Amino acid sequence: MILEARELVTGYGFSVVIHGISLDVDTGEIVCLLGRNGAGKSTTLRSIMGLTPPRSGRVTFRGEEITGRQPFEIARRGVGYVPDDRRIFSDLTVKENLEIVQRVTRREGRWSLERVYQLFPVLRELSAKPGAGLSGGEQKMLAIGRALMGNPALLILDEPSEGLSPLLVRTLVDALRRIREDGTTLLIADQNVKFARRVADRGYIMEKGTIRFAGPLEQLWQNEEVVRRYLAV
Amino acid sequence: MDSVLFQGLIGLSMAMYLWLISAGLTIIFGVLRIVNFAHGSLYMVGAYLAFTFYGLLGWPFWLAIVLSLLGTGLLGFVMERGFLRRIYGIDEAYQLLLTFGFILILDDLVKIVWGGVFKIPQIPAFLDGAWSVFGRPFPVYNTFIIGIGVLVAVGLWALFEKTWWGRTVRATASDREMANAIGVNVPRVFSGVFVFGSMLAALGGALGTPVRVVAPGIGATMIIQAFIITVIGGLGNLKGAFVSSLIVGILSAYGTLFFPVFELFFIFVIMAVVLLVRPQGLFAR
Repeated sequence: MILEARELVTGYGFSVVIHGISLDVDTGEIVCLLGRNGAGKSTTLRSIMGLTPPRSGRVTFRGEEITGRQPFEIARRGVGYVPDDRRIFSDLTVKENLEIVQRVTRREGRWSLERVYQLFPVLRELSAKPGAGLSGGEQKMLAIGRALMGNPALLILDEPSEGLSPLLVRTLVDALRRIREDGTTLLIADQNVKFARRVADRGYIMEKGTIRFAGPLEQLWQNEEVVRRYLAV
Repeated sequence: MDSVLFQGLIGLSMAMYLWLISAGLTIIFGVLRIVNFAHGSLYMVGAYLAFTFYGLLGWPFWLAIVLSLLGTGLLGFVMERGFLRRIYGIDEAYQLLLTFGFILILDDLVKIVWGGVFKIPQIPAFLDGAWSVFGRPFPVYNTFIIGIGVLVAVGLWALFEKTWWGRTVRATASDREMANAIGVNVPRVFSGVFVFGSMLAALGGALGTPVRVVAPGIGATMIIQAFIITVIGGLGNLKGAFVSSLIVGILSAYGTLFFPVFELFFIFVIMAVVLLVRPQGLFAR
């Protein structure tokens, strides 16, 4: 098990957003958190990454407890994070956005500038452009490439398919499959079941900050009752 | 014609002094998002240390400057690690209270160590005197300040554009949470930037006071000028601080030429005009 989350409770201010989430991700898997807007998917990912530390519960990454650690320590241990709003460093160039991660995480591995450019050829052409000058789709690819530059063992993606054209979704699906083949485990939160079905092995369905269903994606997809109740198709 | 050019040169040396005292303030605001009202006190401490090492102990000029920067940097480190760090997440009023508290503490500390009477730092012999520019005597020391100001501008540009430390600082300034998530040790960047900004304040104090005086309370005058410069340029914007120093320094010099009684008035007029036209400053981030 590469990631184990146990009974996570997280909130902002006086409100509690997730109420006791437990989930597991096995090495080499692609796991998807599904659920409607506001179900608590992003907060779950943020709790794991240390961006919104959980009020209670435990997160274990590769057998080590990481609960309450600073995000940069979690990143340096091998967790990559791609936020839903991309968060590209706007005044650094595309190339600098990528290279800086290698500089700060100091994690050696398979990923390099060259390999990220092979995965997303458009980034090579944009390499000297500032991050602010990229389109939404290009920023999304850059955000994924940036996370890969830290050679993560686990890559966390928040709403990767959101706002992408069908063509770009196809590019994304291919890229995620190649990233997995390369030995990176993926944990994805998304609303789009059709997209999830094409990439994920297993899924968890969230509603109102709790997990309502867990199982292989195919099984989940065939359960009409579950799909209708918890997901927007 | 010559007198106009000469006054421009006076303005340029004034501008470079303003640039030296405001650069650190704007860098600290750009990254940490706090307005360090104690920046003037760090300037004062830098001035006293340089005065002590050079003026009192007679150590070499450059060594005195370096020691003053290191000493003030250490003070900045203690301020950030020990105090400021605890208030980043809470209401901004606390920043004002805490940094204002430091002004009072450091003013009194300086009185205890060096006494309440003002000191006149010496100008090193090789920077003393004047040379003839456009047929008038122009102080060598002003030329030196212009040179240092340009050097600091080029140095900061290279640091932030060409080094990985600089890029990391820029990434942290534009999105500290995301910087943290990609592996940047943000608390350490904050300390580093605060120490660096403190050292820039000390450089302004060590080099700016030989043509002024060193006394408790000089930080208060300095912080007002530095704050106005950063507000005109756009808080947190380094290029803005440089351009606004040039505008204020040179316009004040010409203003003084034509209306000598309004010398201190010009900086406020310029600020008022800029804030009316562009409240976010010339180069808002």
